[in-house]
Amino acid sequence: MGKVLELDRVYKAYKFGFIPKKKQVLKGISFYVNEGEIFGYLGPNGAGKTTTIKSILNLIFPDAGRITIFGEDSLKPRAREKVGFLPENPYFYDYLTGREFLAFYADLLGIHGQQKEEKIKYFLNLVGMEKAADLQLRKYSRGMLQRVGLAQALLNDPALVILDEPMGGLDPIGRKEFRDIIVNLKKEGKTVFLSSHILQDIEMICDRVAIILAGEIVNQGYLGDLISEKVLYTEVIVAGLPASEFSHLGESVSASGNRVLLKVYEEQHIDRIIRLVQEKNGKIISLIPRTETLEDIFVGLVKNQ
Amino acid sequence: MKVSTIARNTFKEAKRDRVLYLLLFFAILCFLLSRFLGLLTVGDRVKIIKDVGLASISLFGMLMAILMGTGLVYKEIDKKTIFTLLAKPIHRWEFLLGKYLGLVLTIFIMTVLMSVIFLVVLFLHTFTIEWSLLIAILYIFFELCLMTAVALVFSTFSTPILASLYSLAFYLIGHLSWSLELLIKKIKSGGGRAILKVLYIILPDLENFNFKTEVVHQLPIPTKLLGLSFAYGLVYTAFLLLLAILIFRRRDFI
Ligand SMILES: Nc1ncnc2c1ncn2[C@@H]1O[C@H](COP(=O)(O)OP(=O)(O)OP(=O)(O)O)[C@@H](O)[C@H]1O
Ligand SMILES: [Mg+2]
Repeated sequence: MGKVLELDRVYKAYKFGFIPKKKQVLKGISFYVNEGEIFGYLGPNGAGKTTTIKSILNLIFPDAGRITIFGEDSLKPRAREKVGFLPENPYFYDYLTGREFLAFYADLLGIHGQQKEEKIKYFLNLVGMEKAADLQLRKYSRGMLQRVGLAQALLNDPALVILDEPMGGLDPIGRKEFRDIIVNLKKEGKTVFLSSHILQDIEMICDRVAIILAGEIVNQGYLGDLISEKVLYTEVIVAGLPASEFSHLGESVSASGNRVLLKVYEEQHIDRIIRLVQEKNGKIISLIPRTETLEDIFVGLVKNQ
Repeated sequence: MKVSTIARNTFKEAKRDRVLYLLLFFAILCFLLSRFLGLLTVGDRVKIIKDVGLASISLFGMLMAILMGTGLVYKEIDKKTIFTLLAKPIHRWEFLLGKYLGLVLTIFIMTVLMSVIFLVVLFLHTFTIEWSLLIAILYIFFELCLMTAVALVFSTFSTPILASLYSLAFYLIGHLSWSLELLIKKIKSGGGRAILKVLYIILPDLENFNFKTEVVHQLPIPTKLLGLSFAYGLVYTAFLLLLAILIFRRRDFI
């Protein structure tokens, strides 16, 4: 498996204000993306995800460091030949219709004639926008823009697809559709790099992740390696018995009506709770073991900062 | 190919701009007003119509070039449409050149429109068509191409309002630099004169494109002068475009 994208100690500071103040946004970012994987780039607001992506695409120039795409220096436009990009909150020429918009990018990418028509039709269909194809983009909603934006990113049959917050602005159905499309891209052999702070989405589809906090990569690796399979605790909901009955077995988190939610950390306590409930004619409503999630890691990391 | 795609799209966007039609409207108003003005004066009526007509094409063309040229790149950055565009495998110079040519095409069509209306107004007065007027108009168009490049240079690093002011200043200096030439002739040789000479060479001389007087008064224009003016415009515009590309090459789009 080759490396499709590699960042080596990338630094970037923004200068802004009348008397320029420097703000170090990227502090030596290094990571790589393997061919054929879905790579999740995770971080809270303002961590530097978009800045990293802009550096990759040459929209901004890093102060130091090296970025290679398919082994080619990212400074050369050639490196972007097999790359597709969907920016966060995509903005496009709003006087074009969806179809004209895709035709414009097809022209730009040197796709002509019959092939152009076919591709436009195929991708409009893929992102579910064929009905809105002849509507001006100014009349599109945010989610609709996101959809034609994705179509635009896929037009040149890219080997690497870079998506900045692709699920932002989408409704639950849209998010599911996008997830399916992304997983399909992987099946077609494409590599996907996506940034997000929606952990659920990343957890569901990503193979590997890197977590960026305040401009530094604090953790990266296979999702399976980052998240341990170990059960952290078990959530038990019991009805018909007061919380005080269980105070020595688990921590009661909340109680409503005659129900009690318990967090049980020790496995042998669970059996004892079940027996206790049966003896006293109570009822077990649910019993869910909680394993570690990406969210736990993420929240833990953010808290440590 | 990429350049022409961007140029076509720029043209598509530019022709939607209301400013264009407002300026066109004012130009037409001036043509009609000149006819009216011609009726009131005692001197040569036709000359007034020609003078005002050519001056209007020049003025409103210049305003089109500046007002639209300074927004050309800024709008793309401000509206963030540039992100998706430059993320494609295109060079930044291709983007700039496409933008420039798209606007030049727009300005060309507008100049043609204004000229046709102007010539019709004139025809209704004289019932003849003077083809020599087209020479003056052609050189006005060359000047507009240069001014579009000026606007493009300023728009690569400042906001449209500032860029418009800079471009306007450039335009005024460009039309007054002949007075610098006069000054040089009057000053005795020395350091001051040398500085003025250098300034004169660097600063544009937009009067090079002005054949209005010759055409209106039907004076002969030497072909060599026409050739030199054309070459001057070509070199100066190429230099400006190069400058814009150099500034734009390493710009961050935050
Ligand atoms: N135009 C700008 N001028 C100055 N600083 C900026 C500018 N844009 C972003 N920044 C700073 O750069 C840092 C990183 O921003 P970036 O957009 O990369 O974050 P992000 O991880 O993409 O966040 P989000 O999840 O909100 O999209 C932020 O702290 C922000 O303050
Ligand atoms: Mg972002």
